[in-house]
Amino acid sequence: MLIKKGVPASLGIAIGKAHIVKEENILIEQKDVPPEKIKAEVKRFKEALDKTKLDLDAIRGKILNVLGKQHAKLIDAHHLILQDPLITKEVPKLIVSKGMNAEFALSEILDKAEEQFEKIDDEFFHERKHDIFDVGKKIISNLVNSKKTSLKDLKDPVIIVAHNLYPSDTLHIRESNKVLGFCMDLGSKSSHTAIFAQSMGIPAVVGLSDISRQIQSGDTLVVDGEQGMVIISPTTEIIEKYKVRKEELQKQEHFFHRLKGLPATTRDGHKISLMCNLDSAEDAPELPAVKSEGVGLYRTEFLYMNRDSVPTEEEQLTAYSSVVKAAPGIPLTIRTADIGGDRATQLGIKGLKDERNPFMGFRGIRLFIKYPELLKTQLRAIYKANTEGNIKVMIPMLSSADELLTVKRIAADVKTELAEEGFSVGKDPEFGVMVEIPAAAIILDSLLGEIDFVSIGTNDLVQYTLAVDRINQYVSELYEPFHPAVLRLINLVVQTAHKKGKPVSVCGEMASDPYAIPLLIGLGVDILSVPAKMYLRSKHSVRSMSFEKFTGIAQRALSMATSDEIRRLVEEEVK
Amino acid sequence: MTKRTIKIINELGIHARPAGMIANTASRFACDIRLVKDGMEVNAKSIMGIMTLAAGKGSAIEITAKGSDEGEAVAALADLFEKKFDED
Repeated sequence: MLIKKGVPASLGIAIGKAHIVKEENILIEQKDVPPEKIKAEVKRFKEALDKTKLDLDAIRGKILNVLGKQHAKLIDAHHLILQDPLITKEVPKLIVSKGMNAEFALSEILDKAEEQFEKIDDEFFHERKHDIFDVGKKIISNLVNSKKTSLKDLKDPVIIVAHNLYPSDTLHIRESNKVLGFCMDLGSKSSHTAIFAQSMGIPAVVGLSDISRQIQSGDTLVVDGEQGMVIISPTTEIIEKYKVRKEELQKQEHFFHRLKGLPATTRDGHKISLMCNLDSAEDAPELPAVKSEGVGLYRTEFLYMNRDSVPTEEEQLTAYSSVVKAAPGIPLTIRTADIGGDRATQLGIKGLKDERNPFMGFRGIRLFIKYPELLKTQLRAIYKANTEGNIKVMIPMLSSADELLTVKRIAADVKTELAEEGFSVGKDPEFGVMVEIPAAAIILDSLLGEIDFVSIGTNDLVQYTLAVDRINQYVSELYEPFHPAVLRLINLVVQTAHKKGKPVSVCGEMASDPYAIPLLIGLGVDILSVPAKMYLRSKHSVRSMSFEKFTGIAQRALSMATSDEIRRLVEEEVK
Repeated sequence: MTKRTIKIINELGIHARPAGMIANTASRFACDIRLVKDGMEVNAKSIMGIMTLAAGKGSAIEITAKGSDEGEAVAALADLFEKKFDED
């Protein structure tokens, strides 16, 4: 038995067998390509080369930062391998002459090169073959995405153990419906996998440093999402203990279910709005299931995932309308897609270079303003879906009044366009901004004239205020939502917005943290938006607190110097 | 056709980085360029090919080029070898 400590990312307990997600195990099948599809196959290969080139650029940036210029030169050699005529010319030749699939043709060429390397006696040169196979592997994985299919096709319930999971992987996990829990080497409480696990109600522990290399598929694990622990090969006693605890948690869950339909009102009668976050239209049935008052954040990024073209107006309209239909009459806050440059490249938008620091880079509304057609398409779909007039539009990653005015201008254009096309545009959707970049909090008074509401995205606000990359294991400890700077910014936002009578919501992970909830409400936040799986639990937190008491506690917290003091104060009061 | 035989004088021989420099330089020219060592011939524009030569210090390499810019190409490549691929 071995116990590993990590970061608790999603509540609950999972007991089961490990399934290690390896990135390199790729089975290459030989398939015949019919003559009429040869051209497309060559094209697919060329695209994989382009994609690999972007991947290498991204890795180069990281290596340059961490290890220095000399090491980054190795990546330059990798780039040359990508441009090697053996790969750029001989592989397409094989595809054309033999009607081979791209993966197989590439592996044939690589095998031949390997044979040549095997003949070399000199150890030093011999070892160089790894450089080549590194690149070869990258190209092949860009061709087949095999690990994703393996996740989709899981047969038995398992606990997924991975070094890191990508947003596209989680989509397949959702489809497989066979995942009991998650363990990940990387990640923090607010990384993508954590958010995903919370929304699926799957226990997760992340930030376990090297667990994916310590265990093997089939090992028995206990994932303790409360304590942030993973127990490898537990004893029978431990398993029994956890089974009992799991039952207790289920009972608690049962208790929370009795809160369904009751208002989110504090003990002393202060009413707030409690809403759900929504990741995809497919999750919309969860809204009536918990009787949610609304959707405070509909993340539309999923519409843009696992595909190579931008979702059309029709597709988007179908998605938004299906949510309206699944949960009629409640407010639906749609955030325009917060996609980054890497995603845009995969969607076929040309001319984007990989970025050294995508979190500080080309994403959210920045990208949509640069490519206004993307924004227009999304807004057209939103206007058309807004038949009940309950839809609100939320702008992510906003940092200036100029950006807001640009978006409003584009929205006005869209409205005119639709009217000219004979579509009767009903009520204008309300517009709001996400406060994620501290700049938006600081200039909020200058934005309020143009907007109807404000939503604080705490995950990014914490990250940008504290300059902490939440998935960087070296600094993830510094990621602290209870940092005084964060609380004071939230306070500034609430005070500024309330002066103009505009409501403030919080839709980050803080909104469902039982310790943060009373503090946020004490600061005056009007709306909390939480994962559907946390909805009733969060309602319990709201209904257990006293607004008057926490108004005072929040004021005291605002004058404190350290997050430790603030945490102690809150933990003392939340029982 | 332009030919030239050159001896490898840098300490590490043609490992990944020099091989990269050779392929990079060769790719700038239109002509067909081959490197031959002990009867083994590879395309000078192919980094993988060059590395399989396993050319250590002291070995001799023959550069042959055929095409409109063959003279310049051979000169540029020979220059790389002579400058020890900028190794210290």
